[in-house]
Amino acid sequence: MTRSNAPKSSRKGLGALRLLAAAAAVCAATGVQAQETFKVGIVSFLSGQAAESFGIPAVNGAKVLVDAFNKGAAPAPYNKVGFGGMKLEFVYVDEAGGATKQVQELKTLYDREKVDAVLGYVSSGDCLAVAPAAEEMKKFLILYDCGTPRIFEDNKFQYVFRTASHGAMDNVALARYLKAKNIKADSFNMINQDYAWGQDSKKDFAGAMSKLFPNAKQGEDQLPKFGAGQYGTEISALMSKPADVTHSSLWGGDLQAFILQAGPRGLFKRTQVLLSAGDHVLPGLGEKMPDGVILGARGAYGHMSPKSALNDWWWDLYSKAYNVYPVQAPYRMVQGLLGLKLAAEKAMAANGGKKPTPEQLAAAMRNSEWDSPAGRIKMALGGGHQAIQDTAIGRTKYDAAKKMVMIEDIVRFPAECVNPPANMDAENWIKAGFPGAKNCP
Amino acid sequence: MAELVTILIDGLTYASWLFIVALGLTLVFGVLKILNIAHGSFYALGAYGAATMVAWFASMQFAPWLSLVAMLLAAVVIAAIVAPLTERGLLRFFYGRDEVLLVLTTNALFLIMEDLTKLIWGANPYFVSEPYALFGNVDVGVQSYVGYDFMLVGLAVTVGLAVWYGLNRTRQGKIVLAVIHSPEVAASMGVNVSRVYMVAFSIGIFLAALGGAFTAPMISVQPGVSVGVIILSFAVVIIGGLGSIEGAAIGALIVGMARSVAVHTAPVAELFAIYLVMAVVLMFRPEGLFQRIQARKI
Repeated sequence: MTRSNAPKSSRKGLGALRLLAAAAAVCAATGVQAQETFKVGIVSFLSGQAAESFGIPAVNGAKVLVDAFNKGAAPAPYNKVGFGGMKLEFVYVDEAGGATKQVQELKTLYDREKVDAVLGYVSSGDCLAVAPAAEEMKKFLILYDCGTPRIFEDNKFQYVFRTASHGAMDNVALARYLKAKNIKADSFNMINQDYAWGQDSKKDFAGAMSKLFPNAKQGEDQLPKFGAGQYGTEISALMSKPADVTHSSLWGGDLQAFILQAGPRGLFKRTQVLLSAGDHVLPGLGEKMPDGVILGARGAYGHMSPKSALNDWWWDLYSKAYNVYPVQAPYRMVQGLLGLKLAAEKAMAANGGKKPTPEQLAAAMRNSEWDSPAGRIKMALGGGHQAIQDTAIGRTKYDAAKKMVMIEDIVRFPAECVNPPANMDAENWIKAGFPGAKNCP
Repeated sequence: MAELVTILIDGLTYASWLFIVALGLTLVFGVLKILNIAHGSFYALGAYGAATMVAWFASMQFAPWLSLVAMLLAAVVIAAIVAPLTERGLLRFFYGRDEVLLVLTTNALFLIMEDLTKLIWGANPYFVSEPYALFGNVDVGVQSYVGYDFMLVGLAVTVGLAVWYGLNRTRQGKIVLAVIHSPEVAASMGVNVSRVYMVAFSIGIFLAALGGAFTAPMISVQPGVSVGVIILSFAVVIIGGLGSIEGAAIGALIVGMARSVAVHTAPVAELFAIYLVMAVVLMFRPEGLFQRIQARKI
């Protein structure tokens, strides 16, 4: 046992010094933690054909939400400042340029920008390319928008997640809407873009029709290239062999051009047009959008979003900032960010309040569930890496008083009705006649 | 028979749109020997300019048919301001250098202009569909065509004839042909070659902008409209022969018809059909259908 020879007063002084030192150390540690930031790379189309409809509205959505996060102004349970006290820092990257460029950009985000997570990608082609790259680097990646079901059906990932339903939901819901509303569908034509999204969409819709309307005959199967712009020939082909319904997963400028060209030629009067992802063109087209078009938004978004306090808050936040209501792209961006926030905070709590590693983040995200403005998001497929969510389908109706296109005759489809169960891929689920589908209207 | 008529009409209307844009591309190459990657950007400028001008005419409550004048005016303004600036301010410094350098320069210009249009007009779409309804509808069998599409055919024929006449039947045109044949000899005969370059480039850009302006009513004018058209225009001028007006016309017709046949009979082969035709033409005529084999200068 050692004994101090120092006088009593000196010992008191030493104790005080120790206390001061300890306090300083605690303060310093707290200070480091307070200054620590969580850096997120946001990748979306900031230029090119997908910028106007998807990329820029989504990034705008991210900006207002992140601002609210950093102020701690979001409603509970999202009301902690930043991510669990860590302020958020964002790097925005343009998705234009093709899949090869995106893989390089992703590596730059992780290696040079040192981001903690990447959230991005509208294009199905880009998603298919970047997911294996993130997995190889063992870095955390959220795919927030792209629709092809193949990402988690053809692969198994540890670090990659998609926080929105895949495209099978949209096409199954469209076919189910026809059934629910008893719409004549003895024949159907299709026009979809000739790349992963369009090809998957037409396959899922044709498959769903073969089960719900076994006698329906498939007619035209048009596959214009992405960004075609001119659809006169395709419209002629669709009018030459008219069908009861015409399905399309066109989006963005392609969809707008198709509507502007097909409307005056009377296509919308000769066939019931179904648009699987059409809501985002409504604010821009206004009265140029024909009435009675059946459309989805790839989720219960925009005018089809459910009534909730969270949705009201989000709708006001976005509308006040940009003077237009949010459509599908900002909704999906926000549901991805909300999921990331909860996962990060859960992982931090399990990590003693420290910034989580990609592995801890992935563990927190896997099989998680959270409330979004569009309803409950459940990471139920792909081993807990692929989300399912409720969706809604309705009909367009221009409201001259409000000077905007409204949606009427809305039918809501629970997630479990229009998404495959965890043990089946979308294609086989549709082929088998939707086994396990629950609570369908 | 009805389907054949539909295929022909669709092919012709598509070819007309393509010809107006490709004509400018081939003219610029013929005179300046520039493979102008930025041609699509001038097409986009024409579309944006038309959107602005038509909206302004509408706000002034001019008669609806004057929107056609507004679109023409937009193309003229863009050609008169942007083309000389681009040619005198940038391209002329690269004349006589490796052609690859010019391709890279125009590619850089394409990227810059893509961002510039976004900076000026923003990312939101512009809709100017009013002129599209000016000519009513024309019913052919089960089809109902928009009269505006046939107006575009007329515009393409007019523009093609005007450029052909200007080059082959006027004094200025003969000067341009002399410059195409040999800029050095033309200069030694007192021709202001720089001026010819600037005027020819401006006419080429006018045609690109005109194509964009008259396409604007049929599309949503937004970032990215410049991309698709330039690839098809290159296919047209390669089939027809770089620098040939007749070649651009025939090339546009071949592309339009090949695409129309594919869309109506085998939609999955739409793009394949265009490039198959191009490959077949290049197999037998590597210089394109209307390009004369040129003797190498020593």
